[in-house]
Amino acid sequence: MKIPYFPGCTLKTTAKNFELSAIASAKKIGIEFIELDRWNCCGVVSSLTSDDLMKHLAPVRNFLRVQEMNKQGIVENENRMITLCSMCYNTLSLSNQRMKENADDLQKINDFMHREDDDYKGDVDVVHFLSILEEYGFDKLAQKVTKPLKDLKVASYYGCTLLRPKSVGIDDTEDPKILEKFVESLGAEAVDWDAKSRCCGSYHTVNNIDIVYRLVQGIIDDAKKNGADAIITSCPLCAFNLDVRQSEIKEKNSDYQTIPIYYFTQLMGIALEIDKIELGLEFNKIDPEIILTKLNLL
Amino acid sequence: MSEKRKMLKVYLAGELFDVPEGSTIMMAFEYAGFQLKHGVGCREGYCGACATIYREKGDYKLKGGLACQTVVTDGMTIAQIPFVPAEKPIYDLTELTPDVSTFTELFPAVFRCVSCNTCTKACPQDIEVMDYIQAIIRGDIARAADISFDCIRCGLCAMRCPAEIVQYNNATLARRLYGRYLAKKSPELDKRVQEIEDGKFDEQIRELNEMEKEELSKIYFDREIKIS
Repeated sequence: MKIPYFPGCTLKTTAKNFELSAIASAKKIGIEFIELDRWNCCGVVSSLTSDDLMKHLAPVRNFLRVQEMNKQGIVENENRMITLCSMCYNTLSLSNQRMKENADDLQKINDFMHREDDDYKGDVDVVHFLSILEEYGFDKLAQKVTKPLKDLKVASYYGCTLLRPKSVGIDDTEDPKILEKFVESLGAEAVDWDAKSRCCGSYHTVNNIDIVYRLVQGIIDDAKKNGADAIITSCPLCAFNLDVRQSEIKEKNSDYQTIPIYYFTQLMGIALEIDKIELGLEFNKIDPEIILTKLNLL
Repeated sequence: MSEKRKMLKVYLAGELFDVPEGSTIMMAFEYAGFQLKHGVGCREGYCGACATIYREKGDYKLKGGLACQTVVTDGMTIAQIPFVPAEKPIYDLTELTPDVSTFTELFPAVFRCVSCNTCTKACPQDIEVMDYIQAIIRGDIARAADISFDCIRCGLCAMRCPAEIVQYNNATLARRLYGRYLAKKSPELDKRVQEIEDGKFDEQIRELNEMEKEELSKIYFDREIKIS
């Protein structure tokens, strides 16, 4: 299966480990990501004001690239655009929803881009890789696993943007299960915990870092309380806060027990026995190899 | 007697003038008696000094172009721009890294790009300006350097940008970073520099320095140009 792929800026800069591991893992189960030509920033964060249409140009330009790929035969009848970063997924989905539901807004955007591109027809669908895996079938994924992640206890961290607002959430906003099903399909143990959809502090990490330390510590404490060995996420900003900020907490307090943070696709790659070089483990801040080595998974 | 040239009416800096058909904006200014001290340079479309804003009769659009390259039309309204007072941070190239963090530090406004593409529409060089700004945002310095290669730094992009990005200064930095850190090193260049330092061409330079102007001019125009 070939599917148009929108990487987003972070996956090309500070979250290379996410892109590397996702592309390698998807390839192993027969899903080929075709990167959009000339993509631009998703437009993050999504503007919620009704008169700020300019902010929706960026998402629409990316949808046009998917339209072009179909027109040029690069993909066949594939109107879905796959995303990995939760934040890109959220921003692109919200804009797309607005374009599909509001013909006047779509018309204004198309008029603004007059003579640049074809009109956006509103028929592209933004999908997260996790939803593609769900459609592929977690049972089928389990069959592809050659190295089950036996005895690894994984806490699935959803954060905000995969689930909220409800209109674009990939699963139930209050009681999501998709990541747990994914974890189980890899042969690991899904830990039930309270902090799975709490906020990590998001962009406060830039200039209100103490808020992030407090929230991250709360999330990590809850994961440890419930016996987790590892936390997975699909958001580069959550990963940065949980991984980098957690390691800074450790620097200030040497007794602090850290817990490794992985992109969900990194654990998928381990279970599919992809060489660790292709999973970008060296980009993870808190040593991701100790627990995997201990459980004979590397 | 030569045929009388058709005259066009144009507004230059708010005043109406008759100028010959076929004039460029720069020729029109000078025909009308303006002495251009700023906003004029090579007169051949290379230097980017003569950014100009104009509007054509019956059109609502404000357009940008180079005064030395844009031919006037009847009823055109023209405003010359002496220079663009855009922000230009001072940096030491040897202390920078060829990645996105350099731009975060020196040109944080680049992240305000909303992908409206107004910069691209303003570019007289037909450069995909928005694409190189987007390349910078994702840390692809080589791509930004490549796309912006023909930029002549006229500044029209920055003047139209709603996000107030100074595109051309970003592009210049991208090309400098590419040249210093990313471009493939040329062993031929090192070899040639060594030859120059060893004095291989000293005799030829001395001969050229001693030549009369006519002789120099002759060998210049008779020279063989090898294009590989």
